[in-house]
Amino acid sequence: MNALTVQIRPDTKPILIAAGFILVILGVGTIYTLATQGAATLLSPAYLIQQLQTGAFLGLVAAGMMLVILIGHIDLSVAWTLTAAAMTATAVGGPWAIPAGLGVGLAVGLLNGIGVAYLRVPSMIFTLGVNAVLRGLMVAQTGGFAPQTAATDAMRFIGAERVSGVPVALVVWVAVSLAIGVILTRTAFGRSLYAIGNREAAAYLSGIPTRRVTCLAFVLCSLFAALAGVMLAGYSTKAFQGMGDAYVLPAIAAVVIGGTHILGGRGRYMGTVVGVILIVLLNSVLSIMQMPEAGRQVIYGGVIIVMLLVYGRGERATS
Amino acid sequence: MADAITADTAPARASARPAGSGDLRLRLRQNAGLLGAVALFVLFYGLYNLYHPRGFSTQVLIQNANEILTLSLLAMAQTVPVLLGGLDLSVGAVMTLVNCLASHLVAGSPAQIALGIAACLGAGAAFGFVNGCIVVYGRIQPIIATLASGAIAMGLALFLRPKPGGKIDADLSWAMTNALSDFAETYGLFEDGKAAWFQPVAWIPVPLLVLSAFALLVWVPFRRTLTGRTIYAIGSAEGAAYMSGLPIARAKLAAFTLAGFFAGAGGLFLAIQTSTGNADIPQASTYTLNSIAAVVIGGTSLLGGTGGAIASVVGALVLRAISFNFRIFDVPPLLQPLVEGLVLLAAVSLGALRALRAKNRLELFR
Amino acid sequence: MSPFLALSGISKRYGGVRALENVDFACAPGSIHAVLGENGAGKSTLIKIVSGVVQPDTGAMTLDGAPVRFPTPAAANRAGVVCIFQELSLMPDLTVADNISISDPPRRLGLIDARAQRRRAEALLARLGCEDVNPQIRVRDLPLSRRQMVEIAKALGKDPRLLILDEATSALTAADVEQVYRMLARLKEEGTAILYISHRMHEIEALADTLSVFRNGRHVETFAKGQRTNRQIVEAMIGRDIAAQYPPKPERPRPPPSLEVTDLGWAGRLKDLTFSVGPGEILGLGGLDGQGQKEVLLALFGVLKGVTGTVSVEGRPHRPGSPADARRAALALIPEDRKTEGLMLPMSVGDNLVAASFDRIAAGPFIDADRQRRAIDEAIRRLQIKVGDPGDPVSTLSGGNQQKVVIAKWLMTQPRLILLNDPTRGIDVGTKQEIYRLLRELADAGAAILFYSTDYDELIGCCDRVAVMYDGRIVRELQGDAITERAIVASALNIEQEADPAHG
Repeated sequence: MNALTVQIRPDTKPILIAAGFILVILGVGTIYTLATQGAATLLSPAYLIQQLQTGAFLGLVAAGMMLVILIGHIDLSVAWTLTAAAMTATAVGGPWAIPAGLGVGLAVGLLNGIGVAYLRVPSMIFTLGVNAVLRGLMVAQTGGFAPQTAATDAMRFIGAERVSGVPVALVVWVAVSLAIGVILTRTAFGRSLYAIGNREAAAYLSGIPTRRVTCLAFVLCSLFAALAGVMLAGYSTKAFQGMGDAYVLPAIAAVVIGGTHILGGRGRYMGTVVGVILIVLLNSVLSIMQMPEAGRQVIYGGVIIVMLLVYGRGERATS
Repeated sequence: MADAITADTAPARASARPAGSGDLRLRLRQNAGLLGAVALFVLFYGLYNLYHPRGFSTQVLIQNANEILTLSLLAMAQTVPVLLGGLDLSVGAVMTLVNCLASHLVAGSPAQIALGIAACLGAGAAFGFVNGCIVVYGRIQPIIATLASGAIAMGLALFLRPKPGGKIDADLSWAMTNALSDFAETYGLFEDGKAAWFQPVAWIPVPLLVLSAFALLVWVPFRRTLTGRTIYAIGSAEGAAYMSGLPIARAKLAAFTLAGFFAGAGGLFLAIQTSTGNADIPQASTYTLNSIAAVVIGGTSLLGGTGGAIASVVGALVLRAISFNFRIFDVPPLLQPLVEGLVLLAAVSLGALRALRAKNRLELFR
Repeated sequence: MSPFLALSGISKRYGGVRALENVDFACAPGSIHAVLGENGAGKSTLIKIVSGVVQPDTGAMTLDGAPVRFPTPAAANRAGVVCIFQELSLMPDLTVADNISISDPPRRLGLIDARAQRRRAEALLARLGCEDVNPQIRVRDLPLSRRQMVEIAKALGKDPRLLILDEATSALTAADVEQVYRMLARLKEEGTAILYISHRMHEIEALADTLSVFRNGRHVETFAKGQRTNRQIVEAMIGRDIAAQYPPKPERPRPPPSLEVTDLGWAGRLKDLTFSVGPGEILGLGGLDGQGQKEVLLALFGVLKGVTGTVSVEGRPHRPGSPADARRAALALIPEDRKTEGLMLPMSVGDNLVAASFDRIAAGPFIDADRQRRAIDEAIRRLQIKVGDPGDPVSTLSGGNQQKVVIAKWLMTQPRLILLNDPTRGIDVGTKQEIYRLLRELADAGAAILFYSTDYDELIGCCDRVAVMYDGRIVRELQGDAITERAIVASALNIEQEADPAHG
């Protein structure tokens, strides 16, 4: 696919525009901090690395979400998959904490995959139901209170610590990103995702095992959400109710801002990374500006709409 | 073959075909999803009333009517874009926005109150119209356009009500959330609701009347307009709808406007019931998600083209009837989300029977 | 007679591609005017301009002598220009009655009058002899041939003064085609102008009063029926001599079978089918459309559930649970609808070509870019696919080239048993001939081929044997010189007299 074209492909354009917008955010934020604090806080490497570390959790969720969106589905259960994995990991504790958390992700992913790929329930509604069940299970198990158990040292290591100045969470995100980049462009599984997203019947008749591929995409999505949950619990030293709620919509937004088509079949992983960075920086600039929640919501929604309008304009001009 | 029916005798034969049992069966089969939802509602609501400690009473009915109204309106709101093959993730946020707006406007003199109500409904419709413009002229997929515009609606709601508060005219609140007799008494109608002819209908809860009015006076006529028909046509096959010269842009704008209008109505009645405005983000997203669940349980396809708003109301009734039972059967509150989730999963997985039954796997990809 | 609709100096370009070049064209009321040409000759663009789907770059149109412009299909409809498109324009989730009156339903007080709409649908369907179609049924629940009739009824309901049929009979049963012919004759008497586009010569011979030939976006010539031989017409269409339309069939003894099917059955639609094909053989599936031919192919390819009977491929039992299984057994299926089943239209030509062969272009778990490029280049060269760059979306290719991509995709898997489901439907003559030649080459190289076609000419020209199907059974197997149009049609007709076609 890469080898076939030389000119800028249409799915690269959103990535460039989003990257440009990141520079705009940094510019505006820096002007603000120079005016109010007299320092370019935003541009200091320490600050940026700190932002990328918190961005890693969103990045992992968005990475999984992208795989599912590519095949034309969506996973609304990531919020409580993340939370359930975190709660299970802290509850189990000891050396089995992380495997237990990831095991939750694997189980949820399999359930979603079977429901969507084999039973053919629309993913929007099936994952919604799974999300409700997970919430119910966790509420029933914890009695509705924040669990008292704490994250293990291993969880704290991957979530919060740094090795020679580089946050481990960031390293995990980079590693996962590299793996997904290779999977999407260079493996049969990755190609199959695009084929299914474009036309499932044609992919099926081409001998692509569409059900298995769909199932695997959901498993990976839940696994990454679970990994994010385990790391987030490590970062904040414990698991808590609703810790995943703040990740669903930003993850979808990051994927779409990165140029992946919400109905599937088109998009590059690089775009999702850029989308995550954009959202993380936008959030941090708004909090530096002490923007009230009301203003944040408006700006947040406005940015998504404006960016997509700009992409649309570009597409029409080239076609 | 040669002596096939000629053109002249054919119409007579065609109209002579009995329109009775065969067509009825066809109708039933075409609405199997809705029938399933009705059966579920009868089951759950029957169970609730059977085991209710005081049995069925108008008081219980009034309470239930209040509990179903907002979600039913939101389910109707969600239905219209879903019929297009889209989705409106902003219905909960628009509801919240209008809820906050109403807490500022629906008070004072009767004229002010009337104006405030009109403004609230208008605001919902206007927000929906903007959604429609983004989808039609900005060519952004509905799901993502409304995800973003929902955030904007939430932000505006927070501007209006950074903290819960405000007030609603107390008479209006009382009149709209009780039986028709209370309504008449509050406003001095029909000899304070004591007129003899009025008694047979006096027990009817006002929220049920409101819901029926929206369904029968807004949705049913709309469905029978060319614009309404076009919404179904777009959801079924947009290219074919264009080729048939149907007003595509107008229908999409109308669909989102109507969604905003119904969502706004939901927000208005939420304000009247609670007497406050509250920009509650989790509540907004819960309502949005439940509206989708209600639409699906009502038998409307998320792919568009089949179903209807009244079916979605039944879907909303099913969801609410399930939670009524929690009160009766003393399900520990902690287990309620789990049971709700399992019932939702079970309901949507019923549709999976089709997948397991299909003998030609290609049919699954339609 | 003065023309009803006249075009002068019409040109249209899509990007750099010339679709129509300075075309003058006219059609008269009360006559059936056939338009012939390969795919890409400009026929569809002509129709789209006349019916308001696209706008010409230059040129003028007159209707009854007055200049007109149709900015939308609706505007053309209002002027009495109605087109029955090749791609169905029905809404599958709406009822037949809804569909027939979709653009201008009968209304009372501004609201749609369901009863009047239903009566209207019944009357229009009756004009086509389709009383068996219940107007309240959803189009989705109708078989393809009935949908096409509903499509025609919908067009009739617009009271056309110019009716355009674009391959409108391709999905119809023989009985329906008769009805459509009768309807067209009636409309002609009433003074309607009719434009008829078809790739089937015998239909054109039966119907047309006037014929126009298009080639490469130009209007080549127009002549009255009977002035040219079929051969001259075809030469005018492709612009070169067509000495041998079909490659010669080799004379050789029947090979031992590589595919053996015994008592194949499925869901009451396939009944006790027994047949076999050997390497080097092309076995045709014939008969009326919809007698189970497609289901045979789908059953062999693992798409159908609940298939009974025994199938063996090269001596091994063959019970595929999915196309993936079938592919591993070296089967290939060229599906019925290339746009929805054969191709991922927005994806590139290259991505489509390798979609069935990931295992062949991968080294270990990873796809090898070099191997992929070589495979794509080889496929494009072998089938002479006309493509600017393999990275272009496959949707930008012409219909014939798109079909070549589907075939090339499967040849890359080196199949030993090739199933074809009407592969030349809606394809231009030139590409058809390339496909016929290719099939014979593949057979000569040792592939066994099962070839379903709705075009009897093709079956006669290409196949070593033809199995004629009726109602899910093979009723007759023809071989060698016994494969004649008369024999194939007779097999179907014999049976048709036994069964009642009105309820079939």
